[in-house]
Amino acid sequence: MKATPTHAAAAEEFLKDEERSHWHDDTLWHVRSKRDVAAQKIPEWESLRTTASQIKDNVLSNLDQLLLQFEKNAIENGIEVLWAKDADEHNQHVLRILEENQVKNLVKSKSILTEECGLNHFLEDKGYDVVDTDLGERIIQFNKQVPSHIVMPAIHLKKKEIGDIFHEHLGTDAGADDPAYLTEAARQHLRQKFIQAKAAITGVNFGIAETGGFVVCTNEGNADMGTHLADLHIACMGIEKLIPRAADLGVFLRLLARSATGQSITNYTSHFHRPRPGKKMYLILVDNGRTNQLGREDFRNSLKCIRCGACMNTCPIYRRSSGFSYGSTVPGPIGSILSPGMDLKKHSSLPFASTLCGSCTDVCPVKINIHEQLYKWRQVITKEGPSQPSKKWAMRFGGNVMSKPKLFDMMGNLARKSLSISPRGFVYNSFNAWGKHRELPEVPKESFKEWYRKNRKQ
Amino acid sequence: MKVGLFIPCYVDQFYPQVAIASLELLESAGVDVDYPLKQTCCGQPMANSGYQEYGEGPAALFRENFSEFDYVVCPSGSCTLHTKDHIYSGKENEPKVYELCEFLTDVLKIKELTADFPFKVGIHASCHGLRGLNLAKPSELMGVEFNKPKQLLEMVNGIELIELTRKDECCGFGGTFAVLEEAVSVGMGKDRIKDHEEHGVQVITGADMSCLMHLEGILRRDKSPIKVMHIAEILNAKVSKTQNQ
Amino acid sequence: MNSSKEAIIAAIKKNKPDLLPLPEHPEYPYEDNLIEQFQSSIKLNGGTARTGEGKAAIQTYLQENFTADKQVLSLVDGITGNFDVKNVQDPHELEHIEVAILEGDWGVVENAAIWLPEDKIAHRALPFIAQHLIVLLKIDKLLGNMHEVYQKINVADSGYGVFVAGPSKTADIEQSLIIGAHGPRSMVVFLME
Repeated sequence: MKATPTHAAAAEEFLKDEERSHWHDDTLWHVRSKRDVAAQKIPEWESLRTTASQIKDNVLSNLDQLLLQFEKNAIENGIEVLWAKDADEHNQHVLRILEENQVKNLVKSKSILTEECGLNHFLEDKGYDVVDTDLGERIIQFNKQVPSHIVMPAIHLKKKEIGDIFHEHLGTDAGADDPAYLTEAARQHLRQKFIQAKAAITGVNFGIAETGGFVVCTNEGNADMGTHLADLHIACMGIEKLIPRAADLGVFLRLLARSATGQSITNYTSHFHRPRPGKKMYLILVDNGRTNQLGREDFRNSLKCIRCGACMNTCPIYRRSSGFSYGSTVPGPIGSILSPGMDLKKHSSLPFASTLCGSCTDVCPVKINIHEQLYKWRQVITKEGPSQPSKKWAMRFGGNVMSKPKLFDMMGNLARKSLSISPRGFVYNSFNAWGKHRELPEVPKESFKEWYRKNRKQ
Repeated sequence: MKVGLFIPCYVDQFYPQVAIASLELLESAGVDVDYPLKQTCCGQPMANSGYQEYGEGPAALFRENFSEFDYVVCPSGSCTLHTKDHIYSGKENEPKVYELCEFLTDVLKIKELTADFPFKVGIHASCHGLRGLNLAKPSELMGVEFNKPKQLLEMVNGIELIELTRKDECCGFGGTFAVLEEAVSVGMGKDRIKDHEEHGVQVITGADMSCLMHLEGILRRDKSPIKVMHIAEILNAKVSKTQNQ
Repeated sequence: MNSSKEAIIAAIKKNKPDLLPLPEHPEYPYEDNLIEQFQSSIKLNGGTARTGEGKAAIQTYLQENFTADKQVLSLVDGITGNFDVKNVQDPHELEHIEVAILEGDWGVVENAAIWLPEDKIAHRALPFIAQHLIVLLKIDKLLGNMHEVYQKINVADSGYGVFVAGPSKTADIEQSLIIGAHGPRSMVVFLME
């Protein structure tokens, strides 16, 4: 298997197409701006964030009891509940359900969890026809890609490219790229899939412990079109998606869509408690590394995430480098604190793909201290991650120099002197990443300390 | 009130004029200010690179250097934040650390300045000062607007403060990020500059010289007429109209 | 099979922090200009809300917008359609419904979300499979925000319930808003006394 490129290398590649990078940045900035406008309309915005964060604090500190309560109530509602330690067990559950019910074709609405588990490939390898029904997901499924954003999966593609994809897969007119025309083609195509499907898979936005039901949010209505026509509904849920009370939805639903896209709510917010008469409803509760993350004190509250994607839209690095540069199911700032917990080695460059600007923390509707966790992952990675001897040596050397005032003054002097007398070609060489597109500061005659000695300490 | 001036290592070495302006500002406000000569660095470069332990030596030296002071004042939001988060723990007997602007607005409660600076100025809101120290209300947070650096700049005669399209987006410096993620870093810097350029800014200012050093590096490479100046230089500026013409 | 459950619960017990308190339900009462607020909210979601009219207006709206050969399904007393839902066993039979007329239980003005529990929609698929949706909502059923509506409803009372806040929509192609992704291509709410 090919080694995962570092974020920096993948980002550099994406940035080579300057026009596309700017387009990507502008598109997502526009979404961030819409979020600001929506949040500004809510005077209690900041206190809602605090409440949401506190509810999730309670959930994480009481997760075992809440899960048991949730399971008990769900079973009483007639939902079959399954538990999965990891991705493989999750996929096996789905496979067994499909086999037991003799279902071969299924429709799926958006679920980042099933992406995380690699469910589509798993089922396709076994001969199943898995149809993603969210428009963005269907586009990237045709294009054999994974989502580049958790809310807007095809945000990296331009309408021209989508037109070409639809021309190939749906027979739309060559060169046609009008979004209304393309959406209509997808509607006609997917309606047939909805009508034919025997099983529907959905994700879960919120599981309600006190009622044993769950909530799924969409704008397209695709989760509902799928589940209400199919004989069985399989809902896949990460164990952290729980909330204690139904009324907590009031807090989370006010925050979720506004943070995600600037809408006041998704057009459909569906509450599932019981299967339709004679039909089946399954709920798979998945760990897949979540309980490990719960045990990491510095990183556990990353599990508060409600997958709104606001941190991606605001992140100046995500916007300019695109989701694929992260090489993880959940990209962007939140992905950069979740993914190292899943595979430290593979994702060791992600916590460094940040200036620690903190914008992610301030937009997060559940107040995850994302940038502080990035800082903390850096401390872990330098000890437990892939070794970087030269960087380590440089940092130790720097720490030494900075601990010794006389040495610091001498080194500073030396550096300034050598910079001022060195030929340009010597300073701006291929090892000087700073100087590739930037000048170094002009070298002053004396340091402030030298000036101070002369002018104040005589 | 004894104030110790902390000058970040790279400012000491490359931007002495920023340190001089900071010192003069404090002196002219009648503050008893001293600059401990054994100071070096707060240790942030090591810590942000994931080697917090190599910043312990500089941190210990820092505590030693400033143990006698009531306040530490520093013309950098980023270094101030690191000092507050990782060198001190907020105990009673420790000096209180302030970034220069917030020291002027919150402690000295400066109401007027004698500075003249007849130019079109764009403010670069450096992230650590903005979101870490609350020097202004970040655009992500809802609530009442405030902006301490802007409040001070508005006291400068002749200045024209320019509104930007993205008023507080990161410039892409980020310490070692600037070299590790060179492509993104430079891309972000160029976009920031474009925002200032499009609004006719002549001078980009801010409370962190590190961000400005990055932007200046790009501006100079691209032979742009736009200059960068630390906010202390502007607040301490004595530029008359004739010099402008 | 339950070994995974036990393993997960055990891991949580071992790894979870000390119990942190669950905050009280917040209240942010909102009661200004409910009708205007609802209208502006639904407009942003891609729908429309009309006011000051009776059921006759819905009937007129149907006549003006839908030809007689289209299937019209009404679940609202006093509005007549041409499709009898009583005979429908399988929701697939709703495939060609052109317009469904439903009555909402509650409407939330901050976002135009209308609560439709299972017993108000006959079949769960109906509000989605219909090409167009008309919803009648009594003005005294308007509430300020989501906190208020969750105090009024018990979500577990029905096996399924949905907040519908507008027509089916998508912006997955270059963020261009398109109404009519899979479900209704339009949604009109009639606010009535």
